[in-house]
Amino acid sequence: MSTPVLDVRGLAFAYPDGHQALFGVDLHVHRGERVALLGPNGAGKTTLVLHLNGILEAGAGSVSVSGLPVRRENLLEVRRRVGIVFQDPDDQLFMPTVRDDVAFGPANLGLRGDELDARVDRALVAVGMQDLAGRAPHHLSFGQRRRVAIATVLAMEPEILVLDEPSSNLDPASRRELVELVESLEVTVLMVTHDLPLALQLCERAVVLSDGVVAADGGTKDLLGDADLLRTHRLEMPWGFSG
Amino acid sequence: MGSGHGSHLHVEGDSPVHRLPAHTKLVGLVVFVLLVVALPREAHLLRLTMLLVALGVVAATRVPARHVLGRLVVEVPFVVFALLLPFIATGPRRTLGPLTVSRDGLDAGLALLVTATTSVLMAIAFATTTSSRDLVRALQHLRVPDRLVQILAFMVRYLGVVGSQAQRMKVARDSRAFRPRSLGSWPVLASSAGSLFIRSYERGERVHLAMLSRGYSGRMPVTDPLRADAADWARALLPAVVATVTLVVGYAG
Repeated sequence: MSTPVLDVRGLAFAYPDGHQALFGVDLHVHRGERVALLGPNGAGKTTLVLHLNGILEAGAGSVSVSGLPVRRENLLEVRRRVGIVFQDPDDQLFMPTVRDDVAFGPANLGLRGDELDARVDRALVAVGMQDLAGRAPHHLSFGQRRRVAIATVLAMEPEILVLDEPSSNLDPASRRELVELVESLEVTVLMVTHDLPLALQLCERAVVLSDGVVAADGGTKDLLGDADLLRTHRLEMPWGFSG
Repeated sequence: MGSGHGSHLHVEGDSPVHRLPAHTKLVGLVVFVLLVVALPREAHLLRLTMLLVALGVVAATRVPARHVLGRLVVEVPFVVFALLLPFIATGPRRTLGPLTVSRDGLDAGLALLVTATTSVLMAIAFATTTSSRDLVRALQHLRVPDRLVQILAFMVRYLGVVGSQAQRMKVARDSRAFRPRSLGSWPVLASSAGSLFIRSYERGERVHLAMLSRGYSGRMPVTDPLRADAADWARALLPAVVATVTLVVGYAG
């Protein structure tokens, strides 16, 4: 197979206070895949995500993005290739207007002028927010803010989009719009979630992270059909979905 | 939900003042106010001219008068002090109808009142016609240290977020029948303030992570630089030029 977009090998990490969050994680994501990263609270999902673009440095093991190792000297390119959409859009949208915010990433990559404008427009069109470009983020609804947060990352033209709990706090209509949006994007996606129906709907493959190791890796349907596996790792389908 | 503080000041519009580039307006404002403050104390007539200039600029913004009057409230402490001055100052006295007041105090009070009103009016003309985004861009353009500009920009963005968090905490307290009545409730309020501070600090850390993730390297990129031609500068500095002439007249005459 070709070089994986994301290649995590034997990744281990302990926080400075001694708490060890990851104990040797192996994970490969190939181009065009949509992979769900499932796991209970405290499983180390967020810690893993923060390694993907070099915010945290691996204690042991390695992370590569399309063959480029995540190291200090490659950080800017790694951060272009890996687009992380954080859980709370208020953390992600810090500029005075939507347009400024979407321009922040590509501008840090050195784009200016028409080229920058074209990038921003493309990203806003992709999430259907082009009409709100001049608005302040705090004047948008929560669902709109989540879409803009995705646009801020799309504008960097990443090779892999990492979504951290993308469906949290969304009402059902916004959730459906999010699903349609992710399906419309032609980009590799790693989706961190404990919304199992969402994982089933969007991702063919799922990885279960539990206690800092990959406990299962396979078809989402198969994993979610394995009641014992789910129970062992504190994952549950919402009431009414089991079967 | 918090609607962001800046939005209360700024009024959308398309007046000549709105259209001026923000950095020219800011320079014009600061120079004008410095000149007005420098007028000699007894030059009441010249000071009134400056007040008229400020009123003219406010009129040119075409912002509703009600909005401007509302913002003038910030001036109240100065007004109170200016009204007290003639009565508390010492020196030669002067009779004004039934009152006997200090002559120096009257001069100083009048000067204070007119200077403060002029400056505040001019500041309002700036604030109502400049969005918080443009204010930040202006400061960036004028080479104000990047860190100060960023602090201001983040304050504008997150004041509403922190405010609505504080509001939710208040609702949560009140929902459990908390009534701040006695000294005994102070520890509760203090710990609320403390946890608000910690939450804001943690949010700051998360925002920083999000910035790093998008390639932030310590400087805010300037994506949309402000531009001004000679005509813009001439318009923006017009009040300051009038003030300069007045000042020269004031000291020469």
